Amino acid sequence: MEAIVSYVCDAAFIALLGCCGLCLYRIGRGPTAPDRAMAIDILGIVVVCFTALISVTTGRDIYLTVGIAWALLSFIGAIALAKHLEGKGFDE
Amino acid sequence: MSNAIGVAALAIGVLFNIFGCIGLVRFPDIYNRLQAATKCVTIGTCFVLLGAMLLAGSTATTAKCLVCMIFVLVSSPTAAHALARGAHASGVKLWEKSVVDKFDEDGQPGVESGGKK
Repeated sequence: MEAIVSYVCDAAFIALLGCCGLCLYRIGRGPTAPDRAMAIDILGIVVVCFTALISVTTGRDIYLTVGIAWALLSFIGAIALAKHLEGKGFDE
Repeated sequence: MSNAIGVAALAIGVLFNIFGCIGLVRFPDIYNRLQAATKCVTIGTCFVLLGAMLLAGSTATTAKCLVCMIFVLVSSPTAAHALARGAHASGVKLWEKSVVDKFDEDGQPGVESGGKK
C-alpha cells in the first residue's frame, strides 16, 4: 500500500506541475489584466495542493501551515486587484 | 481502508485540477474562464486536502486540512465573483457569441462606468 501511495503522489506532483504550467501560460498570454489576476489566483490555489502533497510525502504538517498562509495571501491579493479594476478603494 | 479512500480522493482532486486548468487555457473569454477554472480548481483542491487528511491520519494534520478546506471553499468563489465584477466594470468585452448580459441590462447597481458591449 505504501508503494501505491508514493506512486500516486509522484504522479500527482507531475500533474500539478502541468497545471502550474497552464496557469503560467495564461498569466503570460492573457489579453486583459483581469485574465492575469484570475490566473494568479488559480495558481495560488494549485500551490495549496502542492503543499498538501508535500506534507503527505514528508510526513510533516508544517507545510500545511504554509498552505493556509498562501491561500490567505492569494485571496487578499485577488480581492485587492478586483477592487482596483473596479476603480474603488480597498475598504469600500 | 482509509489509505485506499485517500488515494482515490487524491486522484479525483488532481483530475479536477487538470480539467480546470485546461479550461483556463481553452475557453474564449474571461467570464467563461472564471467559470471553468474557479469551480473545478476549488473542488479539486478540496478533494486533494481530503486525501491528505485521510493519508496522514494525525490529529494536527486533520485539523489543518479542515481549516484550509473550509477557507478555500469560502474564499475562492468570493474572489472569482469580485474579479468578474471588476472585469465587467473595467470594460472587458464579452465573447462575440455570448447571448445575454443580465448584469448590463439590470443597470449595474453600485457600478458607475459600465462595460460597453
